[in-house]
Amino acid sequence: MTAIITARGLVKRYGERIVVRGVDIEIPARCCFGVLGPNGAGKTTTLRMLLGQSPMDDGALDVFGLPIRTHGRDIRARTGVVPQTDNLDPDFTVVENLRIYARYFGIGGKTLAERIPALLEFAGLTDRADAGINTLSGGMKRRLIIARALVNDPELVVLDEPTTGLDPQARHMIWGRLRALRAAGKTLLLTTHYMEEAERLCDELVVMDDGRILERGTPAALIRRHVEPEVLELQGEADKARATLAPLPNGRFEAVADTYYYYTHDARAAIKQLEGQAAISFLHRPANLEDVFLKLTGRDLRD
Amino acid sequence: MTELSHLLPRLRHAAFAVWRRNALVFRKFLTPSLFINFGEPFIYLLGLGYGLGMFIGNMMNMPYLTFLASGILASAAMNTASFEAMYSVYTRMVPQRTYDAILATPLEIEDVLAGEWLWSATKSLISAAGILAVAGVLGAVDGWRALWTLPVIFLIGLSFAGIGLIMSALARGYDFFNYYMTLVLTPMFILSGVFYPVTSLPLPLQTIVQVLPLTHAVELVRPLMAGLPLSNVALHVAVLTAYALSGFAIAVLLTRRRLLV
Ligand SMILES: Nc1ncnc2c1ncn2[C@@H]1O[C@H](COP(=O)(O)OP(=O)(O)O)[C@@H](O)[C@H]1O
Ligand SMILES: [Mg+2]
Repeated sequence: MTAIITARGLVKRYGERIVVRGVDIEIPARCCFGVLGPNGAGKTTTLRMLLGQSPMDDGALDVFGLPIRTHGRDIRARTGVVPQTDNLDPDFTVVENLRIYARYFGIGGKTLAERIPALLEFAGLTDRADAGINTLSGGMKRRLIIARALVNDPELVVLDEPTTGLDPQARHMIWGRLRALRAAGKTLLLTTHYMEEAERLCDELVVMDDGRILERGTPAALIRRHVEPEVLELQGEADKARATLAPLPNGRFEAVADTYYYYTHDARAAIKQLEGQAAISFLHRPANLEDVFLKLTGRDLRD
Repeated sequence: MTELSHLLPRLRHAAFAVWRRNALVFRKFLTPSLFINFGEPFIYLLGLGYGLGMFIGNMMNMPYLTFLASGILASAAMNTASFEAMYSVYTRMVPQRTYDAILATPLEIEDVLAGEWLWSATKSLISAAGILAVAGVLGAVDGWRALWTLPVIFLIGLSFAGIGLIMSALARGYDFFNYYMTLVLTPMFILSGVFYPVTSLPLPLQTIVQVLPLTHAVELVRPLMAGLPLSNVALHVAVLTAYALSGFAIAVLLTRRRLLV
C-alpha cells in the first residue's frame, strides 16, 4: 500500500519552546489514522504543518508524494479539512457556505450543483439548507463543516477533534458519517483525546504527548502490548481493596483521583475475594485504550 | 530581489473567489451598506456645499459645490476603502476565522489579501459612483468627462486599502483602528484640499501634505469633475500607485508573519 502522508523528523518551535519534537508518521491510503493525545500534545500544530499552514522548522514532509514546501496548494486541493474550532462563514446560510467554499477550490457550475444535494444529505441538513449558521446546534455545525470539507471530493480528510464538545447522540452521528467516508475509500486522519473515538474508528494510531510520539499500532495491539486484558475499577475503601488483592499473583494497581485500577490476566480470583467486601464496589471490564493512554501519558491532570 | 518580485500582487484567479464572497455579502446587506456609504458624504455635500457655497461663491475658478463635491468624492473613496480593509478584514481574519477556513483550501495569504484589496477598491467605486450621480443631479459636475474619475477612484481605493490592510495585520483589536483614523485619516481629510485649496496652508504644511495620498487623489479628481485641464497627472498617479503597491506588499508580509505561524 502506498503512503498518503510521509513525515520524517517534524520539528516545530515557538520561540524557545519546542512543541513538536521529531515526529515520524506514515499513513497508508484508505486507512483511518488517529493521533491520540492530551491537550497541548502538539496535535493541531502537526496537522497545520501537514497542510502547509504552519512552516516546519525541521524535517521532511510529503503528502500524496509531493513535498509540502513546494506543493501546498496542490496538496490542499486534494484534501478536506475539519478544523478544531468552528469557522463557518456567519454571513451565509448552510447551502451558501458550501457553495462559497467550493469556489475557493475553483468548483462551480454543474459539478457543484450535483454535489450540493448529496452533501446536504450526508450532513443531514437538507431541510435546513436555507437556515442561518447561528440557528444551528453544535452537532449540526460540525456536520456542516464535515460536509464543507468534502466539497472538493478530497482523497484525504483531516479532522481535528471532530466531536469535542458534542453530546453523545451528536457524537454517534458523526462517527457514522466518518465510517461512511472510510467505506467510500477516503483516507482519514483524525486527532482526538477521546479513547472511545480512537478505538471505534481508527485502524491505526499514534499516541502523542509533549510533542513526541510515544507509541503506534492498531488499538488492539496497543492494548495487548501495554496492559493486562482485564481490569477491575474499584471504588470505596482503597486501602482495604489493596490489602485484599495484594496477596494474589500477577496483579497490578494504579490510582487515578479516587478510583483504583487493578489490571490482571485473569480477574476471577480477585472477583471472588472482593465479592465478600461490602465497603468496596467494583466494575469488571476488558482493558481499553484509555488504560494504555493513562499508562503512557501519566495520570496528572491536563487542561 | 526575487523576494521583492514575490511580493508584488500576483493576481491568481483564486483571489476573485474572495472578491466574489464579499460581493455576495454586500448584495445581501445592500440597504445598510449603501446607507452607511452614501449617508455621510451626502450630508457634507448638501450641508456644506449649499450652506457654505452661498457665501463663498466660486473657488479656484469653479462653483464651491463642484470644488467640494470633488473633494468629497476622493475622501469618500478613502474612507470606504479604509473601513473595508480595516474593520471588515479584521473581522474576517480574527473573530470570524474566515481566513483560517480559506487557508485550508488552495488559496494562500496573498490570494486572500489580493481579493480583499480589490474588493475594498470596488467598494470605493460603488460609493463614489453613487455620490457622483448625486453630484450630477445637483449640477456640480461638468459633463461626461467626470466619468474618468471612476478609474481614478479605483486607484485611490487601492492606495488606502493597501494601508488599511497593513493596519489590520498589525491590529490586536478594533481600538487600534481609532488611532489610525484620528491620527492619520482625519487630519488628511482636513488638510488635503477637500474643503479649500492646499495653497492656502502655511508653506511648511504645504510640503507635508504633498506626501499624503489624498492630496494627489483630490488633484486628479477635481479637474475631471470641473472640466478643467489636468496637471502633473504622472506624478499623482505614481504617488497613488506607489502607496497601493507598497501598502499591499507590506500587508502581505505582515499578515504572513501573523497567520503563518
Ligand atoms: N502560535 C503559537 N504560539 C506559541 N505557542 C503555541 C502556538 N500554537 C500552539 N502553541 C503551543 O504549542 C503546544 C501544542 O499545541 P497544539 O498543537 O494546539 O496542541 P493540541 O492540539 O495537541 O492540543 C501548546 O503548548 C500550545 O500552547
Ligand atoms: Mg488541538
